[in-house]
Formats: sequence, C-alpha cells, structure tokens
Amino acid sequence: MLAFTIRRLLLAVPTLVVIGLVVFLLLDMAPGDPLADQPLTIPPEVREEMRRALGLDQPSWVRFGLWLYQFFVVEPQVAVDHLFGTSFSEGKARVISWQFKQPVMDIIAQRLPQTLWVVGSAYVVGVLIAIPIGIVSAVRQYSVLDQIGTFVSMVGFSVPTFFTGVLLIVVFSVNLGWFPSIYDTQLQVTDWGSFLQQLRQMALPVFVLALFNAAQISRYMRASMLDNLSQDYVRTARAKGMDERTVVLRHVLRNSMIPVVTVIALGVPSVFGGAIITEQVFKVNGLGQLLITAINANDLPMVQTLTFIFAVLIVLFNLIADVLYGVLDPRIRYD
Amino acid sequence: MTDETSAAPATGPASATQMPAPGPDTRLALAGQSPWRDVGRQFRSHKGAVLGLAFLILVTLFCAFGPWLWPVDPGDLDVRNKDLRPIYHALWDREARVAWAHPLGSDNLGRDLLASLIAGGRVSLAVGWTAMLLALVIGTGVGVLAGYFRRLDGTLMRLTDLVLALPLLPLLLVMMLLFRDSLRAAFGPETGIFLLIVAAIGVTSWMHTARIVRGDVLALKEREFVLAARSIGTPARRMIPRHILPNVMSPIMVSATLGLASAIITESALSFLGLGFPSDFPTWGKLLFDQTDRMADFPERVLWPGLAISLTVLSVNYIGDGLRDALDPRIRGR
Repeated sequence: MLAFTIRRLLLAVPTLVVIGLVVFLLLDMAPGDPLADQPLTIPPEVREEMRRALGLDQPSWVRFGLWLYQFFVVEPQVAVDHLFGTSFSEGKARVISWQFKQPVMDIIAQRLPQTLWVVGSAYVVGVLIAIPIGIVSAVRQYSVLDQIGTFVSMVGFSVPTFFTGVLLIVVFSVNLGWFPSIYDTQLQVTDWGSFLQQLRQMALPVFVLALFNAAQISRYMRASMLDNLSQDYVRTARAKGMDERTVVLRHVLRNSMIPVVTVIALGVPSVFGGAIITEQVFKVNGLGQLLITAINANDLPMVQTLTFIFAVLIVLFNLIADVLYGVLDPRIRYD
Repeated sequence: MTDETSAAPATGPASATQMPAPGPDTRLALAGQSPWRDVGRQFRSHKGAVLGLAFLILVTLFCAFGPWLWPVDPGDLDVRNKDLRPIYHALWDREARVAWAHPLGSDNLGRDLLASLIAGGRVSLAVGWTAMLLALVIGTGVGVLAGYFRRLDGTLMRLTDLVLALPLLPLLLVMMLLFRDSLRAAFGPETGIFLLIVAAIGVTSWMHTARIVRGDVLALKEREFVLAARSIGTPARRMIPRHILPNVMSPIMVSATLGLASAIITESALSFLGLGFPSDFPTWGKLLFDQTDRMADFPERVLWPGLAISLTVLSVNYIGDGLRDALDPRIRGR
C-alpha cells in the first residue's frame, strides 16, 4: 500500500507539470496586455522597462520555468517563513497578480476561508443527507419513499445550481426575508449573535450546494446498497437470526460505504468547481469569484495559479480515492 | 423500476414462448425482429422516460416552430410596453400592468419574454445537440481506436486521464476569454461564439464516452464473431464500422443523453457567468443571468428561463435513465 501510494505520488508530479504547461500555453496565447491599464503618457522606453520588470521579455519556457520555481519553491518557503518566523524567502520574487499588484498567494489566502466554509459545510451537509436517503431507498426499494428519493435526486441532479440559488433567493430572502441573499465576508464571529448571523448567511449557498451533492451521492449509495443487499453474506446473516437493523446497519452499510467513500473523495474537486457558480450567485468573495474577476481583468498569473490549484485538487483527491479504496477493501490489491 | 404488469405481457418474447401453440412462423417472426423493438418496448414501460421524451420533443418543436407561432422579434424594443407582468398576473393582482401583446411580460427594455424564450431555446438546444454530437464523435473515436489498436491504447488513455485531471470549468472560462475576440472577428459575433462554445464544450466532455467505449471494444474483440470476421481477412477499416460500432451503440446512446444534459447546463452556466453569448443574443442561461438583478420585482423573468433549462435537462436525464434500463439485457424483457 505504501509503495503504491509513493508510486502514485511520484506519478502525480509529471501529470501536474504537464497540466501546468497546458494551462500556461493556453494563457500564453491571451491577447491582453498587462500594461494596458497604465497611463498612455508613459514613454515607450519606460514601458519596455516595466515589461522587463514583469519578466515579459523572456521566452515562454523561461517564464514557465520561473512560474514553476516560484510556485513550488518560493511560495512554500514563504509559507514556512510565515509559520515559523524564518527568512528563507527573503529577496525572492513571488508570483505577483497583475490586477492587485500583490503576491497571488496572499490574496488566495485571504479568499480561501470563505470558500472552505461554504464548500466544506455544504459537502458535509450533502453527505449527511445523502447517506440516509440512499440507505432508506435501497432497503425499501420501489416504496413511496424510494420513489420520492429517486425523484428528488433526479431533480437535484438536473436543476442547475444557479437556478436553485436564484429561486431560493426569491423565496427565502425576497419574499420571506428569512436569510440574507448576499454573503457578508466582513462579518467577524465573536459572540452568539454574530455566529447565528453567520449561520443564516451561509444557509442558502450551503443548501444549494448540498442539494446538488446529495443528489449525486444518494444515487451511488442506493446502487451500492442494492448491490450488497443481494449478496450471500446478507442471507447468511439473516439466516443465523440477526435482526434486520444489525444486518443493514452493520454488515451491508459498511460494505456499501467502500465505493461511496471513493465517490465522495472524487467529488471534492468538482464541488470547488461548482462553487464558482454558487459564489457568483450569492456574491461570496471566495476563490471562484476571484477566478471570474481575474479572467475578466486579464490577470494571467492569478488565473494560472488558481487553475493550477484546482488541478492539484483533482489529482490529489483522485489519489486519495484510490488509496482509500485499497485501504478500505482488503480484496483490492494494487501490487 | 416499473412493475411487471405494465411490461406488456402479451407481446414479450418470454410470454410468446409460453403460449400453448404459437406456431413456428410467429416464433420465427419474433426471432427475426430487430432487437431495437425490444428496447423500444422496455423504454415505453419506463414512465419517466416516456414523459421526458414527450417533453423534449415538445420543447424542440416549440423552439423550432415558435417563431412562426409567435412572430415577434426577440430583439424588438417596445419601450412603451416595458416592464409588463405576465398575463396570468391579472388573476390575483388587478393593478398589474399586463397586455395580451406580451403574454409572458416584457423586460426593462420592452423585449418580449416569450419571443426571447423561443429564441433562447433555439440557441441553447442547438448548442446542446451540436456539442453533444462533437463530444460523442471524439469520445467514440478515441474509445474505438484505443480499444481496437493496442499500439494506440496507452497513449490515448494517458491523454484521456490527463484531460480528466484538468479543471474543466476554469479552463472553459479561460478558453472563452482567449478565443472570443478572434473567432468573433473571423465568423461574426453569433456564429463565432456558437462555434467557440460548441468546440469548448465538445473537447472537454468526451472522456467518459471514450472510457466506456474502449472497455466495451476490448470485450468485443474477444468475441467469436469478431474472430470469425478476422479469420476471413476483414481489415480494420471494415471491421470497425460493420462489427464493432453497431455493438457499442447502446453505451454511446446512454452517454449521448448524459452529454446533451451536461452540454445544456454548461452552456447556460457559461452564459450565467457572463462569458457566453453577447448580451443582445438570448439563450436561456443569458436570460436568467440578465434578469437576476431584477428578480426581486420580476421573479417570472428568472423563473421561466430557469424552468426551461431545468425541465429540459430533467427530461433528458429521465430519457437517459430509461435508455439505460432498456438497453441493459439483464433487465430487459422483465
């Protein structure tokens, strides 16, 4: 298992480099000029000097190498410096955002908590809704509950999150006035009241994302439970007089969770992707919104870094899913 | 999913063999029937799928022939009649401004909502179908090549894995940003963006089809009829269209429905994020996006396009569900 994990980790490195290169080459074709927002009165030679300072006169492979170095060497050093008060990164150039004129990673660090709060809790809520629905749907197959569960998951799967979000805003924040429609990122949770306010402003985006996730996961859960319920070991367990509750919750559930856990792990990156839209609907200034503004503002280092971070998430959670599958299911042997 | 009673007991092949004296010719006729008739029967027994198909056909016809039924230009600015409410609003609100000239109301510039919905549906469905077909062609091509030719398998599947690991939504957004202006200059604003969106969605959603098709082709290659065909010297260029492709049609059709649903959603998501079609060019996602600022006062303006997207995607997903059941020989004929 350890050997497999190490092998997969080593294999992830070239994959990530190729993905980084693909994104870089794509962005390299961008028509925009990073100095377009500078005043026209700047003389051409100064403009040339500014281009040189941004490293734009270098050939693209040098810029890609530089970006790789900055992302994988300088930025971790900055993080270490920040955590332990050391000074490894002193005097080294970091990835600078063209629109904010600040290091990209600093802005990402500011925006990350909002995304993590919303996305993370939405995923947890989604999983917590999906698993019981999947269990009940499978145990009482073709019952009314199962029909409703299947229908709701089909709807949750089909209705795009931007429409559910807009609909919920119209109903719950415009007509009923229960929840705010705009996420207030300035809010500091200091006491009970502000905590409740935080919960209320998180409710709608979390619900939208959770519904979408629950729809997918509950379908997998139902299918997996149905697969296991017809196995011989279930008949054995029933034959030796075990009550149905123990059979379902101890024996079938544990075995059915194996594929579902990997599906849950595989779904994490796409939730971050889905959050791009949800954040736009509820005006949460998280990573997704940062990406949209960066694309509109032609801020290529920011777009490059964010896209790459999304790619890292995908590769990482693919790896986690594979490793988890091997750990949970002793029948799976990778070596 | 559906109960056995509805599965037409009189016509099923199983019940035909149980009949006391079916006679050899009827049996022959049944055996000679195309398997697609079986599939059709199983499909019709899936109520959701039939409803979905009916709705999809209805929406398609509505969008295709809508401009003749409702000959109002969606770009027409009827400024005197702007901000009208839908006609059904008069049922509970006597003071609401309604007019039969705009049955679903008009927007803040006086554009007719019904006409915009029809025009938007044409674009959304056209994008969905073409992008799905493109993804299907790429996916099937890659899958068949990788499954049939062992030399290409490694490279093509590495490529598939790599594309699967790409963050697709950010890349789609980046692609829209990068190629929008050049394509608009080359083909005009509408055709250019249409080509770009179709191409972008197509090249980012073929991977699942490719994987499924490759797996099926690998299994097919071991079957006797392929061996027999090969033993009489059938070259690959005849083997693939005649023996391989017809036998992988069922997974391709199922992934076609999934592809259509996700293509429609992706197009409207791009439009919703403001990186789709230009603003005077309605699609369902664009209509939804343009009116979100005024949804507090005019909820119907986001409701109708949103419902159109959701119901279309829902019906396509139900069709996919029914097709999967109908094409799975383990469930068929129950």
